[in-house]
Amino acid sequence: MPADREHFAENLFVSGHTACSGCGQSLAARLVMNVAGPNTMVANATGCLEVFSTKAPETAWGVPWIHSLFENASAVASGIEAALKHTGQIDKVRVIAQGGDGGTADIGLQALSGMLERGHDILYICYDNEAYMNTGIQRSGLTPFDAHTTTSPAGKQSTGNPTVKKPLVEICAAHHIPYAATASVGYPQDVQKKVKKALDIRGPKFLQIHVPCPLGWRSDPAATLEIAKLAVQTALYPIVEYEYGKLVKVMKIASLKPVVEYLKLQGRFKHLFKNEEELKKVGAVAEKNCEYYGLK
Amino acid sequence: MFSILASKAKTSRANKTGSWRSLKKPKYLKTNCIGCKLCKLICPEGCIEGKEKNQYDTNLDYCKGCGLCVYICPKKDIEMVDEDK
Repeated sequence: MPADREHFAENLFVSGHTACSGCGQSLAARLVMNVAGPNTMVANATGCLEVFSTKAPETAWGVPWIHSLFENASAVASGIEAALKHTGQIDKVRVIAQGGDGGTADIGLQALSGMLERGHDILYICYDNEAYMNTGIQRSGLTPFDAHTTTSPAGKQSTGNPTVKKPLVEICAAHHIPYAATASVGYPQDVQKKVKKALDIRGPKFLQIHVPCPLGWRSDPAATLEIAKLAVQTALYPIVEYEYGKLVKVMKIASLKPVVEYLKLQGRFKHLFKNEEELKKVGAVAEKNCEYYGLK
Repeated sequence: MFSILASKAKTSRANKTGSWRSLKKPKYLKTNCIGCKLCKLICPEGCIEGKEKNQYDTNLDYCKGCGLCVYICPKKDIEMVDEDK
């Protein structure tokens, strides 16, 4: 087999997709698919991932993959799982539902909650890039406090997004599902470990992966991994694991960094550096995370 | 009409996204590589090929020149060079 063909054979999410340079989401999708393996079926919500990976008539996926609508990735996956159960193939095939933060935390939340409630054997993965990037950076329920987006613009009367991130992993854990966790592409081995662990568990699972978006965050493509790591080290993105509704593990922060280090790399927080008061408020969000999850 | 609704797997490789690179491309020095595979693991394009140490290299047909491989390499064995070198 030529080297080129061999390379494409071992990857399940291949080159040639049309993501931006330095895209955290395409990186995360490859990490997930290469752990999940070929015996996987994927239901995808509308979003960046769907658009850049399947430029019709081409596709970057090496597994059966379906896209239906924005809100119903969980419902479509539930149907796939029910059919696999009915035909007795559920032990051979794993089902993954996936979407961005808008498709999960805002638009697809009721379908996700239904899927968790009915107890389908599905892993739901939320690629959290903290806004609707596909349609041009509108704020979503998972946009962080004080971030500039096109629907929460920073200016004279506003300092960006007025609300803090929706506690999505806790909403999912509150369904008392076997596994709900967060991860970050800054720690790629941790992402793969968590996907592997989740796929070994039967029942509904939820994983939220923090994926920097150079376009929407106005950051350098080469800094994608650095930014993802800093979000964790400044306690703005706590890495936690829940089992059956109980917090079982958190990623401890050895040396807590000031939030400024994370904010200064991104254009969406540029306006904060003229406003000391707002910087303190972002610092308070990090402190609250530290206290609430016991990150130190 | 329906032929467009389903695509054959992995057909996106027809898009040679390497033409998106504007200024720099990664160069593998192939001297201090320890074969940790980190560059291959984190490449957003998945275009790094190779199996053993000092053999990894980027497929420039697909590389978009983000430079994440340079950031992650623990031995600093990859560097960004000008496109015409």
